[in-house]
Amino acid sequence: MDRGSLRGIARPKPVISLGAGLTLGLTLLAFGAVMIGPYNLTPGQTLAALLGQGDTQAQIVVWNIRLPRVAAALLVGAALAAAGASYQALFRNPLVSPDILGVSAGAGLGAVAGIFLSLPVAAIQASAFVGGMLAVGFVILVASLVRNTDRTLTLVLIGVVIGALAGAATSLLKVMADPYDQLPAITFWLLGSLAATTTEDILPTLPMVLIGLVPLALLRWRINVLSLGDEEARALGIDVSKTRFLVIVAATLITASVTALAGVVGWVGLVIPHIARMLVGPGFGRLLPTSVLIGAGYLLVVDTLARTMAQVEVPLGILTAVIGAPFFVWLLARGRRGWS
Amino acid sequence: MLEARELAIGYGRTQIGSGLNLSVNEGEILCLLGPNGCGKTTLFRTLLGLLPAMSGTVTLGNRPVANQTPATIAQQIAYVPQAHAPPFPFEALEVVLMGRTARLGVFGQPGHHDREIAHNAMDRLGIANLAHRDYSRLSGGQRQLVLIARALAQEAPLIVMDEPTASLDFGNQAQVLMQIASLARDVAARGCGVVLSTHDPDQAFALDARVLLMKDGHELAQGTARDVLTGPNLSDVYGLPVAVETTSSGRKVCMPALTSHH
Repeated sequence: MDRGSLRGIARPKPVISLGAGLTLGLTLLAFGAVMIGPYNLTPGQTLAALLGQGDTQAQIVVWNIRLPRVAAALLVGAALAAAGASYQALFRNPLVSPDILGVSAGAGLGAVAGIFLSLPVAAIQASAFVGGMLAVGFVILVASLVRNTDRTLTLVLIGVVIGALAGAATSLLKVMADPYDQLPAITFWLLGSLAATTTEDILPTLPMVLIGLVPLALLRWRINVLSLGDEEARALGIDVSKTRFLVIVAATLITASVTALAGVVGWVGLVIPHIARMLVGPGFGRLLPTSVLIGAGYLLVVDTLARTMAQVEVPLGILTAVIGAPFFVWLLARGRRGWS
Repeated sequence: MLEARELAIGYGRTQIGSGLNLSVNEGEILCLLGPNGCGKTTLFRTLLGLLPAMSGTVTLGNRPVANQTPATIAQQIAYVPQAHAPPFPFEALEVVLMGRTARLGVFGQPGHHDREIAHNAMDRLGIANLAHRDYSRLSGGQRQLVLIARALAQEAPLIVMDEPTASLDFGNQAQVLMQIASLARDVAARGCGVVLSTHDPDQAFALDARVLLMKDGHELAQGTARDVLTGPNLSDVYGLPVAVETTSSGRKVCMPALTSHH
């Protein structure tokens, strides 16, 4: 008996060292990413520039170009992975991605509308954020009007519908947009990129992501219980609709704010929680921080590839799809169950 | 403890049953018997407050269940669903710990004390060795025992079980039945009130339970197994001749007539 409970208590230990390992790895990755680029820096130069010493050009490169971009990649990857882990638990399906309720489609429409109206960058980002939040708000509203006992399935189906409508509106704007000036900007935005990211873009995004992460972290035990399904979760004492609403709002806030910053970056929120789950199991208290760390590292690597592998910037969405899609097929082949 | 009076049950506007009365107290076993589709699961969902009553009342601890929060309901009544596989590979111990949810705050985490309770619940059912196994890879019988352990960890004075022996093999059925009997009868460990549904009338005899015999959403008879489970009653409910006989050891068994009548 006692041995059993000792084992139970001893269990978090390896996870803490895993967390420390991941954090250390992430720091090294970030340092490496700051060094790499068209203007290559040695580790010494980088360290000096980070400390505000050494030659001025290196300092400008580090502080004005590389650091904002590295920070943005870390933020976007962490956020998408956290949102993906939450949605997967909520919808009881490991094959769910953060855009299941139409947040990406809505944000895409918002951004494209902003580009179409030739708004300034900040306004385009705001429009993308509002578009993403509105799309999901709309899904929740419509789903609440539909009388169906399976709330989860209703939400997903309405999400598909709203996503399709937003996609249609986006296509319409693409047809109407100026093909030489606006259309390339629209295409680039819809594929996701951090090429133009500045510190001013990151500053409003960071608090939004943190505000979204707080309820997810606090509700971590209840999110586990929710993944048993509505009826069982309620029988175990959870107010399911309230908790689910909170989780959806938090995960959507996170996704919409980073999508406004980086454009539509797919696959991260789908794939990263899987890797995290393989490492620490499905318990959300461990899954959330692990997903955040791995997601941040993954997108940093992908974004560093995106800006260094070719003469021109490769859109993030293309790389995450090329890496994510085969992984997804492998997951399907491994044969864990889908809807239950 | 749990009482239903003149209860009508159903989904939306579709009524499935009516005129149902029952009450269960600690230390009692109430066995729901009836053919498929007679409304047992709907009745359970209504008793648990998962489904609103169409008319009549369900009271739990002297208060209408409709006015109580999910957490207060869960503190008084634990639900053991039919064994199922969750979408994620939780450890059996984590599944049992989920029974503690109603005792935690909204942002609470199960702590040392909760882990101890979960371990003890698994110990009591003889499945302590499964604690760190992947729940989704356990056999049907092991899962059912884990779900019963979760109900124990919930520390509710009442447990509702939906066909706890369905899909179990012969040995596991007997094992689960023994556990149910000891849950209710074990005075040292504060006997729970147990409501269970089953397809096997012999189990009601084996548990020496009170029986609510249902047909088409209505009560056909209620009382001790001996009084209710008679040949004529069972024949009426299941629509074929059933004989109830006494074995040489004194236990009663029900036997459907398998001869076809031309």
